[in-house]
Amino acid sequence: MRQGLLASPQARERLAFWLLRIALAIVLFPVLFILAYMVMRGAPGLTWEFLTAVPRSGMRAGGIFPAIIGTVYLVIGMLLVALPLGVFAAIYLSEYAHPSRWTRVIRLAIVNLAGVPSVVYGLFGLGFFVMFLRLGTSIAAGALTLAIMSLPIIITATEEALRSVPASFRQVAYSLGATRWQMVRTAVLPYALPGILTGAILGVSRAAGETAPILFTVAAFYLPRLPQSIFDPAMTLPYHLYVLATQIPNVPARVTYGTALVLVGLVILLNLAAIIIRAHFRRTRQW
Amino acid sequence: MVTPPKLHIEQLSIRFGDLVALHAVSLAIHAREIIGVIGPANSGKTSFLRAINRMNELHPAYQRTGTIALDGEEIHAMRDVAALRRRVGMVFALPVPLPMSIAQNVLYAPQLVRRLARGAAEAIVERSLTAASLWEEVKDRLHDSAMKLSGGQQQRLCIARTLALEPEVILFDEPCSGLDPISTAKVEEAMVQLKQHYTLVLVTNNTKQAARVADRTALFLMGELIECDDTKRLFTAPRDARTEAYISGRFG
Repeated sequence: MRQGLLASPQARERLAFWLLRIALAIVLFPVLFILAYMVMRGAPGLTWEFLTAVPRSGMRAGGIFPAIIGTVYLVIGMLLVALPLGVFAAIYLSEYAHPSRWTRVIRLAIVNLAGVPSVVYGLFGLGFFVMFLRLGTSIAAGALTLAIMSLPIIITATEEALRSVPASFRQVAYSLGATRWQMVRTAVLPYALPGILTGAILGVSRAAGETAPILFTVAAFYLPRLPQSIFDPAMTLPYHLYVLATQIPNVPARVTYGTALVLVGLVILLNLAAIIIRAHFRRTRQW
Repeated sequence: MVTPPKLHIEQLSIRFGDLVALHAVSLAIHAREIIGVIGPANSGKTSFLRAINRMNELHPAYQRTGTIALDGEEIHAMRDVAALRRRVGMVFALPVPLPMSIAQNVLYAPQLVRRLARGAAEAIVERSLTAASLWEEVKDRLHDSAMKLSGGQQQRLCIARTLALEPEVILFDEPCSGLDPISTAKVEEAMVQLKQHYTLVLVTNNTKQAARVADRTALFLMGELIECDDTKRLFTAPRDARTEAYISGRFG
């Protein structure tokens, strides 16, 4: 006969619940700790000047405005390139291509691309965009590199969103005399759009925080003015943070952590946008 | 005078991979009649129906031999499948309104072909909904979401959406399988009205529905056309013993 602590099913149930709670707490703790630590050390540095001025005194004082602007430009450029490209590729894959061994291989390749380390994308960007296409170290080269990096995520998310549109919508559109493109445009894409946007923003927000891909393609160590065109190099938040943390002695903590806080804030803002779109979609979807 | 049939189906055989769905079916369907197609599940009646507007071709393993002529023109020789589907409309088993307003659903098909002026659009909406016996129920909320309608109203909306195509033939694939008896009666009433202008092919699981609505009825069993005859005669004096067994419910 069973004895002791685990004698009854209720006791085992309680034990299981506690194990799950502990697992959650262990996951949650580092995240909250990092956020709290960053806010504690960085919040004193977050002044209006910090957000709007250029760095001074060997980047130990002043602000990080050029880095914020550089990252914003990169995000916009990346979205402009990756969103249409990724969405059209996904539409082709899931709505046009006949399922075959080839489409399976292509899908597998895309999934694997998502797992390629970001420094490899950086190296590719350097070799292809910076040198081969002679874009130089520039916002254009960086945005293209980041776009390539976020493409697998956007394609996968778009395919997922397209698949979630009921097959019956496609049947109805065809039966009413729609061509394939009319079917996609009127009966599938409108209902997949929120999911596509959500996935795209998440992909972009992940890429926005990467250092390695922009290290060789955009990043300027110190550039106390704003970029004038997309062929200019620019400062960016992740690289600036790396520089502050490792290359310059005696940087006040509030500057380093303030920069980190701004970067994380930007990423959270993007994710928030994705969450809001998704929530709105769930509320208004009708099937 | 003998008018040529609206649809002339000859030696139509359908396979999906190794599965034979239809075997050498020949049938003539006349203009402005309702032809009922009955038979148990997997008898090939839906495959038959979806061959007429070439919807089967969306299935990757679909193979066909035999011909279908619409007004004498072989449909598989037509290069524009979309144009064929505008002439041969279809209503599915489950009502699938698109998640847009009632009016937008009706206007979906016409707007694929041309841009509509406001007055023309309103005329199409009213005419189509009236013909589908839905106008009186929804005329005050045309811009509400179609998803808010009841199942029976949704199905009549789907009929209206098909009518907006101004097709010549309408294929019904068990259109009342998800509906209550009152909604079913309304859909059937709409079908009988439509007969004046359209050729209707009605696939149904409900033998009694065919008896109520169809001018002629065809019985399919295991991919073969067993018998096609005047509905009254088929139900009262069938020529084939299997027909009698099926309609009297003694089958299988």
